[in-house]
Parts: sequence; C-alpha cells; structure tokens
Amino acid sequence: MPTILAEKTEVYEKKGKNKKEFQNSKTILKIKDLYKSYNIKTPVLSMIEMELKQGEFVSIIGPSGAGKSTLLRCINRMIEPSEGSIVFDETEITSLSKKALRGERAKIGMVFQHYNLVSRLTVFENVLHGRFGYKSTLKGILSIFTEEEKQLALEILDKLGMKEFAYKRCDQLSGGQKQRVGIARALVQQPKLLLCDEPIASLDPNSSKVIMDHLKEICETMGITVLVNLHQVDVAVKYSDRIIGLNKGRVVFEGLPKELSNYAIQDIYGSELEDLIVE
Amino acid sequence: MNAQFDVIKKKRIQMTIILLVMLLIVFGAKVLTDFSFMEGLASIPGTVFWMFTNLIPTAEAMENFPKVMERLWETIILSILATTTAGIFALFFALFGSKTTKINGLLALLSRVIASVFRNIPVVAWALVLVISFGHNVVTGYFALFFTTFGFLVRAFMETIDEASTDSVEALNATGATYFQMVFRGVIPDTLPQMLSWVFFMIDTNIRSATLVGLLTGTGIGYIFDLYYKRLDYPTVGLITLSIIVVVIVIELISNKVRRMIL
Amino acid sequence: MQISEIASSTTSSIKVRNGKIQIKTFNRSNFVLQLTLAFLIIFTVVAPFFLDYKSIDLQTAIFYTVDNLKMMFLQPALNQITIGTALIQILITLALAFLSTVIGAVISFFLAIACAKNLAPTWLSNTIITFNSFIRAVPTVLWVLIFAIVAGLGSVAAILGMTLHTIAYLSKAYSESFEEIDGGMIEALRATGAKWWHIIVHVVLPQTSSYMISWTFLRFETNYGVAIAMGAAAAAGGIGFELFMSSSFYYDLHEVGAITYFALIIALILEVISVQIKNRLIGSR
Repeated sequence: MPTILAEKTEVYEKKGKNKKEFQNSKTILKIKDLYKSYNIKTPVLSMIEMELKQGEFVSIIGPSGAGKSTLLRCINRMIEPSEGSIVFDETEITSLSKKALRGERAKIGMVFQHYNLVSRLTVFENVLHGRFGYKSTLKGILSIFTEEEKQLALEILDKLGMKEFAYKRCDQLSGGQKQRVGIARALVQQPKLLLCDEPIASLDPNSSKVIMDHLKEICETMGITVLVNLHQVDVAVKYSDRIIGLNKGRVVFEGLPKELSNYAIQDIYGSELEDLIVE
Repeated sequence: MNAQFDVIKKKRIQMTIILLVMLLIVFGAKVLTDFSFMEGLASIPGTVFWMFTNLIPTAEAMENFPKVMERLWETIILSILATTTAGIFALFFALFGSKTTKINGLLALLSRVIASVFRNIPVVAWALVLVISFGHNVVTGYFALFFTTFGFLVRAFMETIDEASTDSVEALNATGATYFQMVFRGVIPDTLPQMLSWVFFMIDTNIRSATLVGLLTGTGIGYIFDLYYKRLDYPTVGLITLSIIVVVIVIELISNKVRRMIL
Repeated sequence: MQISEIASSTTSSIKVRNGKIQIKTFNRSNFVLQLTLAFLIIFTVVAPFFLDYKSIDLQTAIFYTVDNLKMMFLQPALNQITIGTALIQILITLALAFLSTVIGAVISFFLAIACAKNLAPTWLSNTIITFNSFIRAVPTVLWVLIFAIVAGLGSVAAILGMTLHTIAYLSKAYSESFEEIDGGMIEALRATGAKWWHIIVHVVLPQTSSYMISWTFLRFETNYGVAIAMGAAAAAGGIGFELFMSSSFYYDLHEVGAITYFALIIALILEVISVQIKNRLIGSR
C-alpha cells in the first residue's frame, strides 16, 4: 500500500532499537529558556530547557498546576510564550507570522484530555479536520477532501480499530472511542510531533491502557515523536523513553524511567506526595 | 455550638431586614403608582366574567375574519422576516464578540457594547421614532423589531458559542485550520441547532411584540386590534385575540417539534 | 491507488458514491435541520414581496430617519419636562415593574410547587402548563387593555396584565429548577417522616433559592422594558407615557432622545446587576 503511512513504516523501522541510540537521531524539538507568566510575580513556566529526538516517547509528570498544560500549549503557541526559543523541525516557532504558524501547527498533532471533537459531526468528518492545515480556506469550509486524504483517514481509523464507527456521530461514542478519534485526527495531519495533554485523565483503566498502547505503537512504528502530559507516575514509567518532572513551572527532573527514584518523585510532587500515595 | 447558634441568628436577622426592606419598597411603589391591591383583586372576577360574555366572536364579528387574517398574515411575515435577517447579522457580531472565536479584544468589546445598546433601547422608542419618517407602514414595524431582535440574538448566540464550542475551537486551531475553517466546520455544526432554537423563540416573541409595535405604528394585527377596541366592537376584539393565541401556540408547537428533532 | 481499489479494499461499512468515498451518511436530525434552514432562507427571500408597502418613498424615508436619529441621539434635550419629572417618571416605571414582579413571584412560587413534576401530580402540572401557555400567547398589551375595560386605564390594569405574564414566565422557571433537585434528598426527608411542607421549606427552598432570585431579577429587568411599553401603548404612566407624548404629541425628537438615553442607562444598570447576581449566585460555568 503506497500510502504515506506505509512509507514511514519502512523508513523509520525502529523496533528493537536501543534506547540510547536516540542521541544520534535527528532533533525534532528544542526548547531553550522558555518563560511564561501572566503577571510578573509568579511565572507559570520558567527556564524550561528540553530537547526531543525523532521517535522518542517522552512524558511530562508533575502535580496539577505545575504548568504541564501551559508548556505543551506553548510549543504550538496555543498559548503565547513570554520569552525564550522553541525550535521545531529546524524552524523557530516563537517568531513565526500567523500564516506560517498555521503551517507548522499542521505538522504538530495535538490530543486533548476532553477529546475536543465537534460532537455533532461524524467520526469521519472529525478525523478529516486534521487536514485543514494543508487546505485552502474555501475547500475546508466546503469539506472538499481528496480521495487520498479520505483513504488515509480510513487507514488510520482502521489501525486504531475505529473504522466501523466512521459514520457514527461523535456524541454517540464512549470516552475511549472519542479519544481514538482524537488521535486519528492528529495522525491525519501526518505530524512529526504529537502533543498529548492528559490523554487518559478522563478515561477508565481499560480504555487508558488501549490509548497508551496506541500512542506507544504510533511512536515506534511511525517514528513520530510523542510528548505526553501524565498524571500517573506508573504509566509514565511503563511507557516512556524519558521522563521530565515539572514542579511550579520548573524542570526538576529529567532522565530515564529507571532513574526516577522515590526521592525524585518527592522532588516533583513535593507536599502533594502524600495525597498521591493515599490514592 | 454557640458560634453555630450565632450564625443561625445572624441569618435570621438578615432575612428579616431584607423582608422589611422589600415591604418598604412595595409600599413606596404602591404609593408612587397609585396602585391598590384591593382594587386589583376586585377587578379580576369582573374581567374574567366580562371576557366570557363579551369577547366571544359573534357571527357579525366573523364577517371581519378576512380582514383580520390579512393583518395577521402581515404580522407573521414581519416577525419571521425581522428575526431571520437580524439573526444573520447577530451571527457575525456573536462570532466577533464571543470569548472563543473573537478576532481581537477591541472588536469583541465593541460588538458586545453595540449589542447591549440595541437590546436595551426599548422597542417602543424605535417604533415611535421610525413611525415619524416611515409613517404607518410595515417598514416601521420591521425595523423596530429588527433592532431589538438583533440585540437579543447577539447575546443568545454568544452564550451558545461560548458554552458549546470552546473545546473544538482549540482542537481546530491546533491542527492549523484557518479562522473561517474553524468557524464553519467547528463552531457552526455544534451550535447551529441551539441557535435555531433561539431563532424560533424570537419569532414567537416577535409575534407578540409585533402586536405592541402595531398598536403604536398602525400596522399589522396591532392596528386592527386598536381599531376595533376603540370602536368598542368587542366580539371582533375577541376574534383578533383568539387568532393571535392560535398563531402563537401553533408556532410554539412547531418549534418544539423541530427543536426536539434537531437537538 | 486507484479509486476502484479503495472501494474494494475497504469493508462494506464504507460508502462509496460516484467513485467517491462519502464522509457522512443520511441522518434525520441533520436533514430536519437543513430543511428548516432552507425554509427560513427561502421565506426571508420571498416574503418581502408579499408585503404591502403602500406608497412609501424609501429614499426620502431613510433620509428623514437618519436625520431624526441624529436629532435624537446626538442632540438630546429635555424641553417639555424637567429632569426632575423625568426621574420621577422613571421611578414610576420601575415601581410598576417591581410590583408586578413581586406579586407575580409570590404567586409563581405556589404555582411552581403545584407544577413541578417531582412535587405534584401529573394532571395538576399539565393543567398549569396549559394555562401558562394560554396566558403567554396573549401579548401583554392586550391583557392590559382587556383589564382596562373593567379597571380603567392606569396602573391597576397595567400591573395586572404584567403580573399575568410574570406568573407564566416565573412559574415555569421555578418549577424547572425544582425539578432539578436531586430526588434522593426529598426521599431521605420523606423517609424520616417529614411533612410535605417541611420538605418544601428545608429542601426545596434552600436548594433553589439562588436560582429563583436570579430568575426573578431577570424578570424584573424584562418587566422594566414591558412597563415602558405599557406606558406608551396602554397609558399606564411612567417614562413610557412621556416617550409617547414627546414623539406623537409634541414631535420633539430631542426629548425622545433624552428620554431614550435615560431609559437605556437604567436598563444597562439592571442588566449589569442581573449578570452579577447570576455569576455570584450560580457561578459562571
């Protein structure tokens, strides 16, 4: 099947690749000195530095209010960063014009906690919304998609086990199914980077596992870099190549899952740790 | 224990004060408007009795039926027309004014202020001013209804957009969609049913407002009501009232049915 | 990949028409939605041709209107009445609105209890709903004029007419918030053997009071507008009557403008208060 999906599978065959080899991979995202504040006294994010390699699966963990969502949204400038530099795919994001920004956003997929689907449209239509970044305004408004785009959407839906629901209205789906549609919409963008903001926070354990497995597989077989905000430390340890700990807007931990000691967890969660254990 | 007791006591005193103030205002309002509760109460049975004896359309009144229908039809057209045209303008103002779809803060504020002013200028003020230059003409009624409907629908649409589409707007912006792609494929599909529901509500309201405007501007069903009311031809007045009731209830039934099907 | 291949490679659940993959299928609610929209659009385009415009010279009329609006909004002035009179008349309008809201609210409370599906038998609730929609179907001004035949034109007729609509509106709003009360709470109290009135006072009232206050003030805001209209159209007194006099009797557009500004400022203040009440008591979602 000569679709883009299949091509990627060939080029980025990564299974069995040693984790340390990321050092030689291409850098997809490089954040330097990122700073965000709404008022001068309390910055939401400060001095954020990070580098993501192609095909890496990185989790950001931290207590609520640590700035995880803000950080993710600064990357595609859904929230305007105050200072610093964000280089995505060799393009400086922070200085882009509105139009150029749209072009870069098209290459960054985003998955949300509340799925953020247009609830009265079909699964198929929602997935195709991922192509808007590549379309003229008029074609988008009139929902004119090429057969290749539709085919791509169907393949992705098939991969996620959602093809039979293609004509279902999104408000008739369960949470786990909605999230898979959300992922499909992001994948149809053919992104180089997938930003996932608490993708499993509203899901039951079974659906959560399905979603995380899909994200991991996407990362491994399609070579897409995945950056995911997580609340659950155990999930982050299980799935990630690398973990970043955030507390009060600062990076307080960065390392491999096995390096995440109890001491480090205490650093990240601080006083909230006890609540976490009780849970 | 004591503190709890104090809270209850304090609440009770508060309630008593509020009640007393309310009573005081009621008394003041009563004096100011020269209103008497007894007189009001006493006139209810009389009015009900009078309604059942005088407002029954007689055979004579039925002769006026075609004339009434003609004016009623005019009123219906006017109400729907004013609502739909105002709705189109309101949609754009609501998009610019809503928190999720605004283009910039200044435009949003401007659109909210304009809508608020139009909503709060009484419909009678529009009617009375327009009638001076447009005369006893349907155009007067149309514009009077248009302005207030516009103001109301902007607010209703804005709240609908804010409530229903914050999430999908975020997602579409993240895919790199343009503003109009986001509006037409994200906001409109999710909010159109609710907006249409508001349009129906406004058509319903406007038929009643059109009666008022008609009274003042000499158009539509309001004009013919005024005419027969002043002639003391009460059976015809009854006929007109009944026909308004029928129209309003039929429109309400239709809109309820459609609303159930589209929501 | 050829389109025919797509059709065959996809399972039967995917619909293809004219060699193109369909992205949506027939859906009744969308169909009704589009039908309704189409009807409204066609109606809007066609209906203007069915209206009788008599012999209106639109160009001159618009020219005069712009001129009139300019006089009204840019050069407002009080000529026939003093500022004191204007303020007193506004107070009278507010008083009319206040009285009909308060009377209406008290009656609505009892009607709403009898109308809420979780507190009253179905037949009673349906009777009240029917009665309400009958009241609502008759425009306020007609109610006022009908009451005026027995009570005479003036505040009594105006307040009675406005109260009727207030009742129809508030009893619906109240009963809907009653119906939203968690059934378990009522059940729990019933299980302790509490009397019906205890349930009303200890569950229904505290649970819904903020909604009721918010709805009631919203109605007061509406009634203020209605009171202006009744002053103008049914001689109920207040600022509406002055508006009517200055426009239809004195043709003094400067004064119409000044009065409109007065009325507008009060309306805006009421709107701000009502939004504040709603946000503070119910909280913005």
